[in-house]
Amino acid sequence: MRLTDRVLPVVTVLSVGALLVGLIWGFFFTPDDYKQGSTVKIIYLHVPSALMAINAWLMMFVASLIWLIRRHHVSALAARAAAPIGVTMTLIALFTGAIWGQPMWGTYWAWDPRLTSFMILFVFYLGYIALWAAIEDQDTAADLTSVLCLVGSIFALLSRYAVNFWNQGLHQGASLSVDSAQPVDNVFRYPLFVSMAGFMFLFVALVLLRTRTEIRSRRMAALIARERSA
Amino acid sequence: MIALLKRDLKLALRSGGGFGLSLAFFLIVVMFVPFGVGPNSATLALIAPGILWVGALLASLLSLDRVFQLDFEDGTLDLMATSPLPLEGVVAIKALTHWLTTGLPLSLAAPVLGALLSLPNDAFLWMFVSLLIGTPALSFLGAFGAAITVGLKRGGLLLSLLVLPLYIPSLIFGAQSVTLIMEGLDNATAFALSAAISLLSFAIVPFAAAYAIKVNIR
Amino acid sequence: MPDLGQYSGPVLSAYAVSTVLIVVVTALSLWRAAKVKKQLAKIEKRHKDNG
Repeated sequence: MRLTDRVLPVVTVLSVGALLVGLIWGFFFTPDDYKQGSTVKIIYLHVPSALMAINAWLMMFVASLIWLIRRHHVSALAARAAAPIGVTMTLIALFTGAIWGQPMWGTYWAWDPRLTSFMILFVFYLGYIALWAAIEDQDTAADLTSVLCLVGSIFALLSRYAVNFWNQGLHQGASLSVDSAQPVDNVFRYPLFVSMAGFMFLFVALVLLRTRTEIRSRRMAALIARERSA
Repeated sequence: MIALLKRDLKLALRSGGGFGLSLAFFLIVVMFVPFGVGPNSATLALIAPGILWVGALLASLLSLDRVFQLDFEDGTLDLMATSPLPLEGVVAIKALTHWLTTGLPLSLAAPVLGALLSLPNDAFLWMFVSLLIGTPALSFLGAFGAAITVGLKRGGLLLSLLVLPLYIPSLIFGAQSVTLIMEGLDNATAFALSAAISLLSFAIVPFAAAYAIKVNIR
Repeated sequence: MPDLGQYSGPVLSAYAVSTVLIVVVTALSLWRAAKVKKQLAKIEKRHKDNG
């Protein structure tokens, strides 16, 4: 706790700073794209949030593994703490993707492999969060959600490939993905990097905050249990 | 293990065992689609493989919470966990039982119900085989979900939420393996991947589910 | 405000939605953190007093 006492303010400042710099730079000080007009400005939200949506799940995967192998309580609590942030990032990615899609593709939703994969990721997050909420005993919950996360990760990955296969079969070669292999011009690239850093620091700050809350919550439960048995 | 298989099969086939229920549900779901979508044969033929797969998948879900629940409630699961039979083996047998009483009958019923959806006659065999090799994944993954939620009262809805996302690859490859053939394209990849997922589930689930059961009966 | 042209609707709503979601998750996290901290302090004090 003492370590995070010092780290959390720093990370918070970094995240607010990077977010403000990245987004203000991107929004006010970059030109419009030749093809996409001013909608290119959505990239500063869409790409970082999509990245964090995936990274959050990866972090949960690692944390679940550490819990199952080493039984560090903080690990399990950190995974639990990260999930709501991951869900939020996924939602941001989905909404900004859809809003961007309407002027670009003429439709809010297309079963494009990337958007579809994020929809699937969203549902995996929901299941994970629901399972934590459904189980009373904290250690049991940690165990079961960890196994769910591990097995889920395998199938989330399989889904990614399945969805690529599935979409290709219907729309041969139509690359609707906006952030596909097109190289991002320099003028957009730097504010994008700053924005990505901002989102990452935001994730770290929120996970630290929430994990501390989970630790305190657990401490509280232990004290209450001790009171009851005393 | 064979004894366990025979016992579970007998239990499942008894009335109230869920055997007929899955088939009836499958029929009803398939019937509903034309009501919702319109009776146009061309439309129905196009979506038939997908509908049959989704219907089979949902029908499979119905009997999942019984896989471990009854034995959990009367303490048999505890006995199984402490018996010389490995819990992984118990899980595999129960998943197999589920498949024999759900996936297999549904696969057989699919071509028949496919006729209701104007599934082309030469796709009948593909539909059957596609479900036959894909439904084991559904049973094993379902058993995993059942193992995780076995300690919960009314865990049925949560079970669905946990298991359905896991079904997505099977659904995609399974339905595609029929749709592609109907479009005159090669479906070998889809088939192979569908089979691969079933094998993968068969390999992973016994261990994951056994762990979950041990956690739940602690 | 830069000239967003015909896309001002999509761009602004994208920023609005993202801001709202981030603010909501941050606010909820902060609120819960404060609540739990207060509750824990209360219980810990009780324990200290009762020795």
